[in-house]
Amino acid sequence: MADERSTAGSPSTDGPGAVSREILEHEPELEELMRRRFKVGAVLTAVMLVVYFGFILMIAFAKGSLDKLLTDGLSWGMVIGVFVILATWAVTFIYVRWANRDYEPEVQRLRRG
Amino acid sequence: MYIAQDLGKPGAVGIVFFFVFVVVAIGVAYWAARRTRTTEQFYAAGHSITGVQNGFALAGDYMSAASFLGIAGLVALFGFDGLIYSIGFLVGWPIVLFLIAEPLRNLGKYTFTDVVAFRLRQRPVRIAAGIGTLCVVIFYLIAQMVGAGALIDLMFGIDYSVAVVIVGVVMTSMLLLGGMIATTWVQIIKAVLLLGGALVIAVWTLSEFGLNPLDLFDDAAGRAEAGEEVLGPGDQIVKNAPDAISLGLALMFGTAGLPHILMRFYTVPDTAAARASVTLATILIGFFYLMTFILGFGAMALVGQGTITDVEEAGNMAAPLLAQELGGDVFLGFIAAVAFATILAVVAGLTLAGAAALSHDLWTNTVRGGEAPEREQLRVARIATIILGAAAIGLGIAMKGQNVAFMVGLAFAIAASANFPALVMSIYWRRFTTAGAVTSILLGAISAVVLIYLSPTFQEDVLGNEDAPFGLGNPAIISMPLAFLGGIVASLLTRETDAERKFLEAERQIHLGAAVTPAPERTPAALPAER
Repeated sequence: MADERSTAGSPSTDGPGAVSREILEHEPELEELMRRRFKVGAVLTAVMLVVYFGFILMIAFAKGSLDKLLTDGLSWGMVIGVFVILATWAVTFIYVRWANRDYEPEVQRLRRG
Repeated sequence: MYIAQDLGKPGAVGIVFFFVFVVVAIGVAYWAARRTRTTEQFYAAGHSITGVQNGFALAGDYMSAASFLGIAGLVALFGFDGLIYSIGFLVGWPIVLFLIAEPLRNLGKYTFTDVVAFRLRQRPVRIAAGIGTLCVVIFYLIAQMVGAGALIDLMFGIDYSVAVVIVGVVMTSMLLLGGMIATTWVQIIKAVLLLGGALVIAVWTLSEFGLNPLDLFDDAAGRAEAGEEVLGPGDQIVKNAPDAISLGLALMFGTAGLPHILMRFYTVPDTAAARASVTLATILIGFFYLMTFILGFGAMALVGQGTITDVEEAGNMAAPLLAQELGGDVFLGFIAAVAFATILAVVAGLTLAGAAALSHDLWTNTVRGGEAPEREQLRVARIATIILGAAAIGLGIAMKGQNVAFMVGLAFAIAASANFPALVMSIYWRRFTTAGAVTSILLGAISAVVLIYLSPTFQEDVLGNEDAPFGLGNPAIISMPLAFLGGIVASLLTRETDAERKFLEAERQIHLGAAVTPAPERTPAALPAER
């Protein structure tokens, strides 16, 4: 697959898809960066799916337990709902931290060549 | 303290606030007009918006009157169930951040179609994606206009049709003058006013309960018709498991397919700013929904469910009534004007996204093969804005009294089914082809529309039929996988070597930005493959 890709992007191609030589030298690193970014995005998306659909499925199948009150004025459903909001913020922060610390410096390095 | 007729009606103070905001919006547009000379400025504010500004503007675009009035109303009437919607609207944002925002910023120019069409044959993809965009925009626009007309009618006593015309005309003139720059700043002003207004009501409400939200919830539950039931899930929003999952899918992935939201990523200078803006928007929107929860329970406790439904059946007036209860007519007037500002800003963002699809995707890149001169592009953009503004007014008046919930549901379902799958596959899947993109978009759009037509939301609530052939309120559980499947099968059945070759170029541009690859244009105009 990697071979196929490097031929596909070989400098001999012309037209709008033509690429300059300097950039091609970074190809394996760029591919690695792309794979890493996709992996981080996919894993965090999966976490978000599990959290949110966990919440939705509890509403669908476990209404009774969400109705239970922890104390006056507070049900388990409300606690879990607020947890979903906090989890949304948390995964967002995790991604941004990764992007700022790992991804962005790598991009800058590749850009400078 | 108030006689029933005056409840929720701000009177003279409200009208003053209302016109102050109209004047401010036009003033901003007039100021922006001097900075709107090119299509890049008209559609993308010349990439001059900072991450923080765009974060507020994204939040402004997303916090529609439906979220502010609708969700506060749902919470006031049904308690916990309102939270299901607000959480659904929030969880889509990380998806936008992880999968879409940065690639979109680097790969496209003005519309998300630029990204889908980047490696593929321009004409068929642009026509299909243009249709997908316009479907979402039109349905969302109708919902907003109908809501706006009813709201202004109710609050200011201005006749429904007149109200729709005012919103349409102010919005269209604002766009013609200042394009994306004016829209962005009106969004920012509106987001600050809305968040500030909601915060004041929330804190004021809590102060009546010793700043203890649990006392508020407990007191509210004590006064609710359903009693403590309102603190847990009921059967108002989610009826069964497939319904719950389907609504969840539409809310979660619909956000990542809303053209007016995606378009905002072109207004910032780079991917770091795009990332910062989504992060800020996620925080602001999360806070906003937490506050609507307080507002809803506050209205339940302090205004009372009976009074809320007496003023308006669906509960939309819960937040304004709470404001009136707390701060009298002046505060109500302010909140009512904020609600109007909200509608105006969202409608402007939607119309601009629709105009971009019409002029940039369908005119410049389809009819003119990407070769239209700058002056012509800008002129067509303004003509498209007028057409959509007129359509918004016409449809708003024609659809008076319609159930707007199904139109918002439809907009999200089409966004999640027609736009999101094609966008994701075009960014991440090398073997994705033109046939795959067109199949995915059309299959997603058509199946979503047909299933909504057959759903109880349309058959029972709108047509008044006894039974609906399709049992779910939201089609996403079927239409979204169908769009992915159609895109995959059609791609595997066809082979497009040019698209595969250009994947490498796209990949590079996604990560390193267009600046490093100076040779090709960002949106390749006429490819050799194109006849």
